[in-house]
Amino acid sequence: MDTHDSHAHAAPQGFIRRWIFSLDHKVIGMQYTTLGIVAVFVGMFLSLLMRIHLVWPGAVLPFLGEIKPETYLQLVTMHGTIMVFFVLTTAPQAGFGNYALPIQIGAPDMAFPVLNMLSFWTTFLAFVAAVAAFFAIGGAPLHGWTGYAPLSALQSSGPGEGLGADLWAISIALFCIGSLMGALNFITTTLDMRAKGMSLMRMPLTCWAWFLTAILGLLAFGVLLAACIILLMDRNLGTSFFIPLGTINGTVTGHNGGSPLLWQHLFWFFGHPEVYIAILPSMGIVSQVLSVFSRKPVFSYKTIVYSMLTIVVLSFTVWGHHMFVSGMSPYSAYGFSITTMAITVPSALLTFCWIATLWRGKIRFTTPALFGIGFVSLFVSGGVTGPFLAQPALDIPLHDTYFVTGHFHLIMGVASMFGILAGFYYWFPKAVGRMMNETMGKLHFWFTFVGAYAIFIPMHYLGLAGHPRRYSQLTEVGYLHDLIPVQKFITIAAFVTLSGQLIFLGNLIWSLVKGKKAADNPWEATTVEWTTATPPPHDNFGGLTPVVVNGPYEYSVPGATRDYVMQTDPAVAHATGD
Amino acid sequence: MASITTTATLNSPGVPTDYATRLRRARLGLLVAATPILMLFTSFTSAYVVRQGLPTFDSSTNTMVRDWIPVKLPGILFMNTCVLLLSSLGMELARRQSYREALEETEAFAPAPTAKKTAEAPWMAVTLALGLLFLAGQWVAWGQLRARGFYVTTTPSSSFIYLLTGTHAVHLLGGVIALLVAGIASLLHRSAVTRSIVMDVTGWYWHFMAAIWVYILCLLEFAG
Amino acid sequence: MGLVLLLFLVLLSVSSLYFFVAKTWWFQVGASTAAAGLDHQFVNTGIAMGIAFLVAQIGLGIILWKYRDKGGDSRAGYHPGHSWADFWVILGAACLFMALDIGVDLLGGHLWAAERFRPAQANATVVEVNAMQFAWYFRYPGPDGKFGATKPELEDASAGGESAIGLDTRDPASKDDFVSGVMYVPIDREVDVILRAHDVIHSFGVPAMRVKQDAVPGLAIHTHFTPTRLGDFDVVCSQLCGLGHYKMHGIVRVVTQDDFDKWQAAREADRQ
Repeated sequence: MDTHDSHAHAAPQGFIRRWIFSLDHKVIGMQYTTLGIVAVFVGMFLSLLMRIHLVWPGAVLPFLGEIKPETYLQLVTMHGTIMVFFVLTTAPQAGFGNYALPIQIGAPDMAFPVLNMLSFWTTFLAFVAAVAAFFAIGGAPLHGWTGYAPLSALQSSGPGEGLGADLWAISIALFCIGSLMGALNFITTTLDMRAKGMSLMRMPLTCWAWFLTAILGLLAFGVLLAACIILLMDRNLGTSFFIPLGTINGTVTGHNGGSPLLWQHLFWFFGHPEVYIAILPSMGIVSQVLSVFSRKPVFSYKTIVYSMLTIVVLSFTVWGHHMFVSGMSPYSAYGFSITTMAITVPSALLTFCWIATLWRGKIRFTTPALFGIGFVSLFVSGGVTGPFLAQPALDIPLHDTYFVTGHFHLIMGVASMFGILAGFYYWFPKAVGRMMNETMGKLHFWFTFVGAYAIFIPMHYLGLAGHPRRYSQLTEVGYLHDLIPVQKFITIAAFVTLSGQLIFLGNLIWSLVKGKKAADNPWEATTVEWTTATPPPHDNFGGLTPVVVNGPYEYSVPGATRDYVMQTDPAVAHATGD
Repeated sequence: MASITTTATLNSPGVPTDYATRLRRARLGLLVAATPILMLFTSFTSAYVVRQGLPTFDSSTNTMVRDWIPVKLPGILFMNTCVLLLSSLGMELARRQSYREALEETEAFAPAPTAKKTAEAPWMAVTLALGLLFLAGQWVAWGQLRARGFYVTTTPSSSFIYLLTGTHAVHLLGGVIALLVAGIASLLHRSAVTRSIVMDVTGWYWHFMAAIWVYILCLLEFAG
Repeated sequence: MGLVLLLFLVLLSVSSLYFFVAKTWWFQVGASTAAAGLDHQFVNTGIAMGIAFLVAQIGLGIILWKYRDKGGDSRAGYHPGHSWADFWVILGAACLFMALDIGVDLLGGHLWAAERFRPAQANATVVEVNAMQFAWYFRYPGPDGKFGATKPELEDASAGGESAIGLDTRDPASKDDFVSGVMYVPIDREVDVILRAHDVIHSFGVPAMRVKQDAVPGLAIHTHFTPTRLGDFDVVCSQLCGLGHYKMHGIVRVVTQDDFDKWQAAREADRQ
């Protein structure tokens, strides 16, 4: 391991060392963010194909022809895999975290720059493996992003379950390794490289979120890696960790004695912390932007920190709520239900703190602020359907229906996406040196906010009516016919919403080239990244070392000459709020 | 315009040339890195324990039956353990020697240098040799298992033996590679401080791998 | 912009809640003893969460409108110091939320316990539900009340129901077992379902009965319900099981005890 920082030398020359194998956390952050943007458009495209097939099964598309039933499930699987791993786990943590964490804590880079570079390329390789599954013989797997065994463990259980499923498992295993390398960097950097005066309780909430997310990842990804290793053994070596005695396609499998529930336990022990990995960085970003654009400190910094910490601890105790009807002991199910109810409390406290941050503020409706506000609304909407699913008895009619799909898309998919977009619009000026277009930003916000609700609220009604998930056709069950109009509405809403994302792409490209030049601190924010030049120099601070004397949210301090005091400005007269 | 209170460091920013800082940071990184490795083996352990006690449905009798068949471990595994523990000893001697040289280089303590530069090299060679001997011994153990008819798919218990020993071997191989990197750092005349950091991390990682091996052996032998 | 956000959030809250209250799309009419309790608990949870939803969204909207930056001094009117008031507010909010959410959840706990913490009653109708890609086979034990052995290597879907599940005809207990493509059960009597999957995980979902339980290969999982209405009720596979997951449809046919006895006698006679 090379612990010798490269920053003793001048910034690297040459295209390859500057942009491809860069050791600069800012470049690596932008590489990850770019990967996230590419992945999200791939994921959205896959979902659009899914929506078209569901309501117009015979449709013939240009270049792609007709979408076959097996293709639908392959789209479902890869949509989930790509979105959860390469968008939600990558962009807000590895993307923005790599970019902003060192600067926000006053450090010149991450602790281990070479490892950082390797972590990006490992993740990139994982993405290549995932996409390659589509082009393997048999195509991508059809077993869902959750990959339950034996469906995922038997090569002949369906189309795509051959090489495609192997590539899927390898992709996830590589992703685990890349994430673990990243987590190592985040934790070491946060613990060991904070500037003088930057105590843990003076860190911006974004830094707390990245730190806690890294801890979650550190503990969870090893378990997923274990599961993938065993899965690959069952698939290719003939072991029977997950596969019991049985047949497939009328032929005896040759396996014996395995437990399908073992996969579920391992997967969800990772899987539940994973959803918090997906949402915590966005929570940090939203705490940040709500404060900046209300010109007010966050309502209770300590509550937010302790709530996030509680969520981290509790998230390892709730995984069984994905398994209430799996065949697990009903007594365990009840235990998991209790821990799940417990975890709603810190989530509710966080929501309360965000709303209270806006209260009595002076709210500026910039694009990042709008996406932060949208996050709060979406988090509430997705959150209130959680308690239904947390009760095992109510989970019985709702499990594996569209109610679940609506719930997790709102609270994890879209809410986290809004946090990502808030962060993108917020830090773009600092990273690129140009402002994004506000009008296009606001238009993007409204398309996405209204559109996301139009897509996912109706899914709850479908779930109530008993519409199961992952059905590639709605023709075989009588009562599903009546629900097709709702599905059509959702598909049309999806079309409109996804078109709105082109506004974002257009804005991005336009702003890169023609955006108004950005000042060093265009948002008048207080955290350390806004004290340095825009864009920051190679070592972040141009040879200087910041010394921090204030907390991160000194807005509207009584008696101060202007409505914000930066963390490195002379100390404010009074003690900062809790 | 924001103001930064400047206390420019003596050296270029970013490089903690301070040995203590670099060592602390590297050790912290290793401690953090050890956690997911522990989680990996914990996952395997929990799968192992649960699988042992798990009854499965036997449709020919319509009853739940337990089918765990313990596997007697090949004797060479105990010898391999001694080899690995010895290699840990060699590694520790190398690590301490490297540490002494780094301290002398930073002039952290006054007495005249007592040790030759790169005096840790022979100990590194011993560790490397013993480490490779261990890995070879593991390969032989696998051969002995196969000779007795226990392949990776034969029984759940045999699957776990291959899984646990195989995963450990892969991780130890990582340690071997780190040791080679340390050797190359030596040959390339990197500073004693840099070499010591690499040796320290490699050394603690090596001990960690030895401890995990002892754990795996106990698990398979006493809970098998 | 604040006003627009407020209007949208009001519109969102009211319209989304409307469809819940109006039950435009709702659970199927309950056909089992468990349905009434579950539906009632759902409504209770819905009221609690509906209130939280409305308060949060509209509260957010009002705050956005009221505290928008109207120009002038850009300072916000409030800067918290070390304030115990904040702590009590937060504690109060936490307690209120806990009462609302956890309270309603705990009320539902007895429903789970009542169904899942006990085995089926002794006089229940026993049916073994066999799931495989992509069909349901319902096996009845016959007059001896015992299910015969099955073996995976004997499975042959082309040779009828008993062969499809791999019935071992050498086992004396198998002689009177019969397999039906439709799950007949008598009304007002508990049904003891034994779930077996032969290849991958499936899930026995009967929306009208409020029944759902995964069928896991390698396990024989019991669940039970008591039908209270006559008629045909859909069985939908509720765990992704492969290409044909969408067409793994079955039927639970609830008939009078008399009709059930006649049907069962006829099927048993066929097996002689």
